Amino acid sequence: MEALTYFALLLDATLRVSAPLVLAALAGLFSERAGVFDISLEGKMLVGAFAAGVAAHYAGSMWVGLGAAILVSVAFGLLHGFACITHRGNQIVSGLAINILAAGLTILLGVTFFRQGGRTPQLPTEARFTPITLPGAEALKDVPVLGALWSELISGHNILVYFAYAAVPLAAFVLYRTRFGLRLRAVGENPEAVDTAGLSVEGLRYQAVIICGVLCGIAGAYLSIAQSAGFIKDMTAGKGFIALAALIFGKWKPVPTLLACLLFGFLEATAARIQGAFDLTGASDAVRRAAEALPFVIEALPYILVVLLLAGFVGTATAPKAGGIPYVKER
Amino acid sequence: MTETRLPRWAGLVALPIVNILAALLLSGLLVAAIGADPWQALLVLLRGAFGYQEAIGFTLYYTTNFIFTGLAVAVAYHCGLFNIGGEGQATLGGLGVGLVCLYADALPFYLVLPLALIASTAFGAAWAVVPGILQARRGSHVVITTIMFNFIASTLMVYLLTHVLIRPGQMSPESREFLPHTFLPFAHQALAWLGIPFARSPLNLSFFLALLASVFVWGFVWHTRWGYELRVVGANPQAALYAGISPQRNIVLAMAISGALAGLLGVNEIMGVNHRLLLNFTAGYGFVGIAVSLMGRSHPVGIVLSSLLFGALYQGGAELAFEVPRVSREIVVVIQGLVILFAGALEFLFLPLLRPFVKAA
Repeated sequence: MEALTYFALLLDATLRVSAPLVLAALAGLFSERAGVFDISLEGKMLVGAFAAGVAAHYAGSMWVGLGAAILVSVAFGLLHGFACITHRGNQIVSGLAINILAAGLTILLGVTFFRQGGRTPQLPTEARFTPITLPGAEALKDVPVLGALWSELISGHNILVYFAYAAVPLAAFVLYRTRFGLRLRAVGENPEAVDTAGLSVEGLRYQAVIICGVLCGIAGAYLSIAQSAGFIKDMTAGKGFIALAALIFGKWKPVPTLLACLLFGFLEATAARIQGAFDLTGASDAVRRAAEALPFVIEALPYILVVLLLAGFVGTATAPKAGGIPYVKER
Repeated sequence: MTETRLPRWAGLVALPIVNILAALLLSGLLVAAIGADPWQALLVLLRGAFGYQEAIGFTLYYTTNFIFTGLAVAVAYHCGLFNIGGEGQATLGGLGVGLVCLYADALPFYLVLPLALIASTAFGAAWAVVPGILQARRGSHVVITTIMFNFIASTLMVYLLTHVLIRPGQMSPESREFLPHTFLPFAHQALAWLGIPFARSPLNLSFFLALLASVFVWGFVWHTRWGYELRVVGANPQAALYAGISPQRNIVLAMAISGALAGLLGVNEIMGVNHRLLLNFTAGYGFVGIAVSLMGRSHPVGIVLSSLLFGALYQGGAELAFEVPRVSREIVVVIQGLVILFAGALEFLFLPLLRPFVKAA
């Protein structure tokens, strides 16, 4: 029973850790399926988290924080669009610039506003997204397995977690079942065809980077005003890149991307828990060393898996064909 | 990006300068918004970067790092590759230097130095060659794999420094200090031997190594057959194939040289300045190398000049944060980001401004 509880807690943590990854990976999904590569998920999450922390502090409301996060993140998305779509700049260079700019600006402004070494003031509970108890969670608590699953695992997360997981089928629907989605995917595979059909390649790509900005903003807000009670400098700590890795590992498709995010989230949750979790008294030196190295291997596993995938050792991932190439209407 | 054929002066000089000015102007506005005087800030920055001996030493010490990572990006770029794994390759290069200085310190300095150079270039090259081979043989995009390798390198380094190389009985993740005879001499020491007094600074002899590397890249890329083949592959892999040049082989070669150059950063940081292995000594130099290479138009002369610019920004920015308390040190990071944005992603934004001066486009 104890092992089961431990496992349930681990899954619970996985859902929480994966939520921002899911949001950011879906953000990348929209942008990259439209042919705009985006390594600046990290930077947009960071500015989103910062804006959420600042706005929630001044307004005393998490909804204002969420709105600010979305606005600022979209603004940076539009900057990426301006550079890559309008001016046909290099998408990797632009993404890199945004990441560096985000890292510098959030600390610079944070120090200017609050003089707390780059963090924003601690938020009171009413200015944060707090866990929600789903209906029936209390009543069903004692029902074995299903009831416990409902009350322990599914219930008790904040609203952004539910939004993140609801966004996956929504994104899949938009991409595969709507006219907009068809056009979005087409513009990432064959922009000439879309152009010939009389649609605006630039317009569609701008819509994609705006959706990307919105989702990155929510992911950032999740970090600073739901998971924590304020912004801390560099709080994304590579999550944007893990999301990018998950997007690639999920082969630029919504459901596989979700599964990749859950896998990477599970690995992160595990790595955090197994450090010093083993009883190593009497173990040989080699075992001890292996146990020490294990959390690090698990931590690096998402990156290693992506490299293996890209190398074609675990299936193949085909990127959107027109990704990374600026569209020139007339030559 | 050759949508317009610009005269050399416009593409090589005028446009980069206009782009830098735009980045600096925006930074100035930001400084003003924070409530400091941008003009005074600029003066403090310049004095902090070049105003006295110690400042010049620091500026050139930062410049050294930028030259290494800038050259690394440039060599890969000439082969049509975008190596954004400079951070990881430099980390591994530093690890190589550190291992030599930790475990071969029974040897005299004149043996430790070549060993350290070999180790740094070999480790850095190895970390770049794997993505290179994967790109050449399996078609996996080098941009993504080098990003992933940056993270793998950083995790590896944290593991090694917390569990294997850490000095016993110490909390912070650092190795023991190397024996003094393995240190690369500081510039002020070397100058003192020549009888010239110079203020203490982290500037060390690896600055000359960086200049030598620049000459090497210039000679290699433009004056050898290998460099020629590499550029052909970069310009047109199809044409290279028909000319009997193997794109695969050149991709791997370019990544190897690129990684080796990035690895040399470890010589400056580990053997020249810190004298021990520690975390995060790459401090973003690998990424800024991309900006350096972009601004320097992937040519060694341009790279040395733009490295000097970034070195001055780093040192002047540190001084600025010290002298003007309203402005924190991260202003340097913001300026870097803006320079990359304007000089890289928005390269041709100000082209219309130059149009009146450019006759036939």
